Amino acid sequence: MNFFHRHRGLTPYLLLAPGVAWLAVFFLVPLGFLAYQSLQSGNIDFGYAFTWAWGNYWHAIRDYRTQFVRSLEYAGIATLLALLISYPVAYWIAFRGGRWKNLLLLFIVAPFFVTYLIRTLAWETILSDNGFVVNTLQSLHVLGPSGRLLATSTAVVTGITYNFLPFMALPLYVSLEQIDERMLEAAEDLYASKLHAFLRVTLPLSLPGVVAGTLLTFIPAAGDFINAQLLGSPDNHMIGNVIQSKFLELTDYPAAASMSFILMTGILVAVAVYARIVGTEQLTGTAA
Amino acid sequence: MTDQLTRRQLLQRAAAGSAVLTVPGLLAACGGKSKAGAGSTTSHKLAKTLNFSNWTLYMDTNKKKHTFPSLLEFQKKYGVHVNYTEDINDNASFFGKIQGPLSRGQSVHRDIIVLTDNDRYLALVIKKGWAEKLDKSAIPNMKNLVDVQKHPNFDRNRDYSLPWQSGMTGIAYNDTLTDPVLSVDELLESPKLKGKITCLNSMGDALTIVMLSNGDDPTNVTDKSFNAAFNRIKKAADSNQIRQFTGNDYAPILARGDLVAAMSWSGDIAQLGNKHIHWNVPKDGGALWTDNMLIPKGGDVYTASFYMNYVYDPKVQGLMEAGDPKRDITGIYYIPPVAGAGEWAKKYDPAVAKNTLIFPTKEMLDSVKIFDSKALNNQKYLTQWQNLISG
Repeated sequence: MNFFHRHRGLTPYLLLAPGVAWLAVFFLVPLGFLAYQSLQSGNIDFGYAFTWAWGNYWHAIRDYRTQFVRSLEYAGIATLLALLISYPVAYWIAFRGGRWKNLLLLFIVAPFFVTYLIRTLAWETILSDNGFVVNTLQSLHVLGPSGRLLATSTAVVTGITYNFLPFMALPLYVSLEQIDERMLEAAEDLYASKLHAFLRVTLPLSLPGVVAGTLLTFIPAAGDFINAQLLGSPDNHMIGNVIQSKFLELTDYPAAASMSFILMTGILVAVAVYARIVGTEQLTGTAA
Repeated sequence: MTDQLTRRQLLQRAAAGSAVLTVPGLLAACGGKSKAGAGSTTSHKLAKTLNFSNWTLYMDTNKKKHTFPSLLEFQKKYGVHVNYTEDINDNASFFGKIQGPLSRGQSVHRDIIVLTDNDRYLALVIKKGWAEKLDKSAIPNMKNLVDVQKHPNFDRNRDYSLPWQSGMTGIAYNDTLTDPVLSVDELLESPKLKGKITCLNSMGDALTIVMLSNGDDPTNVTDKSFNAAFNRIKKAADSNQIRQFTGNDYAPILARGDLVAAMSWSGDIAQLGNKHIHWNVPKDGGALWTDNMLIPKGGDVYTASFYMNYVYDPKVQGLMEAGDPKRDITGIYYIPPVAGAGEWAKKYDPAVAKNTLIFPTKEMLDSVKIFDSKALNNQKYLTQWQNLISG
């Protein structure tokens, strides 16, 4: 008779314990501290004191509304682009990849063995004023002769899209791969056209992947600051840049903390609305 | 001598032996101004390891063997292993890393750190009492410190800090794309350069050269001179003359040709070694900034001071600065704060000794200014500046 047999009821809690402890120590406690800090006032010279300074929140929204909106906007566009790019790729790998599936997936993931910063810097070269991309666009008259991509919103959104692409592609692949192809055969047997079969069978069944992918892409993208820093100009800076500068350059910890909370709330609201529209069961895949 | 004595200092010096454990020994511990203290160097105990945190690419290097020759030499001579880490990328993040422990009175497990005087944190660390006093009795070579560095306004008598290396802030341009860009006027206002220049995101550097161009004094900033310089930069940013605000990431963009000219640090251009990229002090003057060594609270004062003395030997500094091509040693290529280093540099690498970006002429040094450290800690200025550069 071992311990687990005698205390069978405890087992689930014991199994949960490491995860809960991890979340408590590395997420809840810091989050609580951040909330505490966001209501402090003062400065680095004289120290900070807790004063219920709700004004921090109000000031953040008043002064940096543009950057908040811009962050959600860039992250939204990048997520949509990543979805449009990833879906056909994941679809093709799942249904036509055959024995090359694993290799093809590796191709998607391979660039991400290189660090985030280097990948973003590489885009600086790709989108360079004298580079291939800009020259081509200029000769096609998409860009004017003095036009450029670097230090524009296009470059920032491109960078974000690229950097978060695997977070979209992999969940999509998983949900597409699980689809039983006999269902598609059945649809065709019932005289559905290819398009119809896709719209009525494949797409709904892949929705859990779409939901997971969009969330995994949108959430980190909204808080990103590297792409805006390296590929954008101050006109393209996102709220992450402001938080970074408040925290590190200005040592205005309360302002930075309150902005982090506002961003978190903004993302939560956006996600809640999204979940409401597509239905939460899509996230867990219970509908499938 | 009202200096605070750390417990470690007191114990070290007390333990130095009965021969010196007398009044002079204790006097030496109080800041070491007494003659007897200076003579009792050998009685101080060197630690086995010196933990030194520095900026990247800031030490003489043997590229073939991947070693730091001057540090090896130090270890061989004095038996102190230097645990050398290049973990400082910018002042702000590094300050963020150490301010927590230091504010709680904990050690940051480093004996020497390096912070820049064109950023607010150096003055802040000293003002908050987070730096140990140097043991000047262990640094007789401090006499070699160049005059311009002797009395900075953040540390009037150099009680806490010693320069590691300096650099100048000026203008760099690419001669394949433009005529020489020699003044701030051209950089910020010439229509030919529109969208093809960058401005440094370091407030002190940018404001110094713009203030000089405005005819104001950057060593003593007033609201009026701040506003004039700030508005001029803001106008250039709003009109898209300035493409981006950058740290030293402008250098590869300039080399690639996406930028025609840039507000620039001399050392970046010296290290870049591209014959088409030229650097100059602007017509109305440039900025001088200096990275300073500090001993954070809890660091080993004697061993750290002893090492500082070593690098202030002109012979050692000359090699660190210029490197030695015969032994595959690459130098630091910034501006050394040690008088006489240039003479030794000539012996190791005459080309480097002649490079005015590394050993500037007197004329150049006379035309560069150190930014007002009070203004660097002015929250109003800082907030305005950050709002400009981060959107």
